[in-house]
Amino acid sequence: MSASEVRHAGLNLGNTDELTHEQAESAIFGFWVFLMSDAVLFALLFATYGVMLPATVGGPTPASEYKMLPAFLETLELLTSSFTFGMATVAMKHAASRGELLGWMGVTLILGGAFLGMELNDFVTMFGDGAFPTRSGYLSSFFALVPLHGLHVFFGSIWIIVMMIQVVTFGLDARVKINILRLGLFWHFLDIVWVAIFSVVYLQGLIQ
Amino acid sequence: MSGPRDTRRDEIRSYGIGYGLALGLTGAAFAIVHWPGFVSTTTLVVVLGLALVQIVVHFRFFLHISLPRSARDDLQLILFSTLIVILMVSGTLIILFNLRARMM
Repeated sequence: MSASEVRHAGLNLGNTDELTHEQAESAIFGFWVFLMSDAVLFALLFATYGVMLPATVGGPTPASEYKMLPAFLETLELLTSSFTFGMATVAMKHAASRGELLGWMGVTLILGGAFLGMELNDFVTMFGDGAFPTRSGYLSSFFALVPLHGLHVFFGSIWIIVMMIQVVTFGLDARVKINILRLGLFWHFLDIVWVAIFSVVYLQGLIQ
Repeated sequence: MSGPRDTRRDEIRSYGIGYGLALGLTGAAFAIVHWPGFVSTTTLVVVLGLALVQIVVHFRFFLHISLPRSARDDLQLILFSTLIVILMVSGTLIILFNLRARMM
C-alpha cells in the first residue's frame, strides 16, 4: 500500500516516481504551512471588509461599483485555470513528453493573465467613478483585500513562467517536480480565496 | 491494483468532476443573485452556503484532501487553521458590530 499512500496535499507522485514522492512529503508540508497562514491573513481581511462594509460616508457603494458580468467572467477564467493546472500536474506525473505539460502550463498562464487584465480594468473603472482607497473605510478595506489576491495571482503567473523555463532547461528532475507540485497547491489555493471573494464581496454587494 | 494508465484516467476524471461541480455551484450562486427569487437575507445565506460547499469541493478534488486518506499532519493543520479563522473572524465581527450598535 505504501506506493499509493497519500503523503501530502495535492497530487501525489506515488506509483510513477517513488524517489521524488519520498522527498516531497516534508517539502510540501512546509509549503502547506505557509498556505494555511496565508489563509488566516485573508480571513482577517474578509472580517475587516465585513465590518467596514456600511462605512461608505456618502461615497460609492458596493451596488454602484460592482458589475456582475466581469465578476462572472473572472470567476470562470480562474476556475478553468485551476482545472488546466490540475491537467498540467497529471501530465507531469504520467507523460513522457514535456510538450503536454508546457502546453497546459501555457494555457493556465494565459487564463491568469486574462483574469489580471479584467481585474485591472475593473479597478480603473472604479477609479474613474471616484472610488479610491482613500474615499471611505469601505473602499480602503476593498482595496486591501481584492488587489492582494490579484497580487498573489500576478506572482503565481511569474512563478509559472519560471517553472516553464526550469522544465525546459533542467528537465523533470525531483526539484522541478516538487516545485511544480507546490505551485499547483498555490494556484488551487488562490482559486479557493477567489470563491470567497466573489461570494462575500461581489455577490453580497450585488444582492438587491 | 490498476495499472498506471487507469489511475491516470481516474485522476483526470477526478479533476473533471471537481471542475464540473465547481462550475455548477458558481453558476447557481450567480444565477440566484441575477434572478432574485427570495428576500435578500435568504439569498445571502444561500450564496454563502454555496461558497462553503464549493470550497469543500475545491479541497477534495483539486487539493486532494480527504478525511480517510490524507496525511494526518495536513488534516490537523487544516483543522487548527479553521479554528483560528473561526475564532478571529467571528470575534472581530461580534465585537465590532456590537460596538457599532452601541454607538448608533
